[in-house]
Amino acid sequence: MKNFAYARAETVAGAISLLSRNANSKFLGGGTNLIDLMRENIEQPDAVIDVTHLSRDGRSDSGIHELPDGGVLIGAGVRNSAVANDRLIRERYPVLSQAILFGASGQIRNMATTGGNLMQRTRCHYFYDGAARCNKRMPGSGCDAIGGFNRMHAILGASDSCIATHPSDMCVALAALDATVHVQGNGGERTIPINSFHHLPGDTPHVETSLRSDELITAIHLPPLAFGRSSRYRKVRDRASYAFALVSVAAALETGAGAIRGIRLALGGVAHKPWRAYKAENTMLGAKAVRETFESAAEAELSGARGYGHNNFKIELAKRTIVSVLTELAEAGGVR
Amino acid sequence: MAELKSVIDLLETGSPSSTVEIRLQINGATHHLRIEPRVSLLDALRENLSFTGTKKGCNQGACGACTVLVDGERILSCLALAVQYEGRAITTIEGLAASSAGEDSLHPMQAAFVEQDGFQCGYCTPGQICSAIGMIREFQDGMPSAVTSDVAASSMELSDEEIKERMSGNLCRCGAYVGICDAIREALDSGVLR
Repeated sequence: MKNFAYARAETVAGAISLLSRNANSKFLGGGTNLIDLMRENIEQPDAVIDVTHLSRDGRSDSGIHELPDGGVLIGAGVRNSAVANDRLIRERYPVLSQAILFGASGQIRNMATTGGNLMQRTRCHYFYDGAARCNKRMPGSGCDAIGGFNRMHAILGASDSCIATHPSDMCVALAALDATVHVQGNGGERTIPINSFHHLPGDTPHVETSLRSDELITAIHLPPLAFGRSSRYRKVRDRASYAFALVSVAAALETGAGAIRGIRLALGGVAHKPWRAYKAENTMLGAKAVRETFESAAEAELSGARGYGHNNFKIELAKRTIVSVLTELAEAGGVR
Repeated sequence: MAELKSVIDLLETGSPSSTVEIRLQINGATHHLRIEPRVSLLDALRENLSFTGTKKGCNQGACGACTVLVDGERILSCLALAVQYEGRAITTIEGLAASSAGEDSLHPMQAAFVEQDGFQCGYCTPGQICSAIGMIREFQDGMPSAVTSDVAASSMELSDEEIKERMSGNLCRCGAYVGICDAIREALDSGVLR
């Protein structure tokens, strides 16, 4: 690992100022991804700005706050384990608690922050391998995953430049919940909808998020969702625990008189970003909450999917996982 | 030039780029050291302070051998910079046994690992034991897991399935998992934890 200068920021403004004044600097949260990438020389910052000691100035604190409208605001510095174990989250958005618990290990969840989870980089082996071509690591060099060993790779929204997937479980739940990312930079504060926060690769796979170079994530807002209690997360992976997703599904379902009144569906492990399944949702609204509805919705969502050889199985796996999760939610009665 | 400016700016904030002077609280004692910011907590413990009980397995967050407790919570010391943990109470395997009248008495989790043969070669054991102690505390704090059927439920049982899921971040290449689970069960059932 290349050495670097280290500074602890005490306020959001101070953190942004340090970042702006130091070329090639990085914010450090829990470090569970950044330190690994630095050790592999994929990230080589000259300065690291620790943002886990920010004072509680009302915007950047380490808390989880209930909002008057029933929504919740999660400080960017809140640890993943604290979010998963929070009473409000467990009761109102169980899909988020579950998604976090399905990710990483107990030790890593105790370290990782909410903001940092959003900024995770892909676990594509060719991205990590300095001897391989990777348009994300070295723009213009090519992609060795296309035509390589691509069992873990994307089936939706990929490009000729990059077929990497986004590794987060938490973000898949946030995509289903229509979360909003609060950020602050030199130009002040702004909010970014989670579903436009992460980018598809296109021909610029190294540009992964909408975050500007001077901005810090300060909080995640979860809007109220009346049927949030009827939600769950399913992760399919190569071993029973502590592995990245082949396919994952975050879903919430509201039914009334046998029909689908409300539906949220997002997929993980299939694309360069958490994949909100709008196509599937649109086919299901108002339809009967039965298996056939879920099957045709899954078909609609995956109609544009493309396999790259080793990952062809993910297309069928994604459909079956969607149907299985939605059937379970419907059988549980839609809203608990 | 940009690099020089970076160093100057950070010097103004009190953090020179080459080395930093930090104080670490380890097993109840304060240790002063001057290290480069890139030194992991794991390497600081082992190489700078000779706490070699904490093991380096994969050094990339995959095996759990480097697990230590920070303010009672289990973390991976290989994915932590030592400078991040200044001012926190760090507990390593060396700090678990209670000492009184010159006699060491094993922590109940250590005693249970001995009793239940929770190891073969022993390399992963310090991490397993620190992780198990942190895991029990999480369970006692009401933390659900990926196999908890209803995360909204206020109480849960620590079944064998729950123990395996919650300990999945600690690998044992010898495959002593049966003994490890039995040891954690024994330590929990003894009621002396917490």
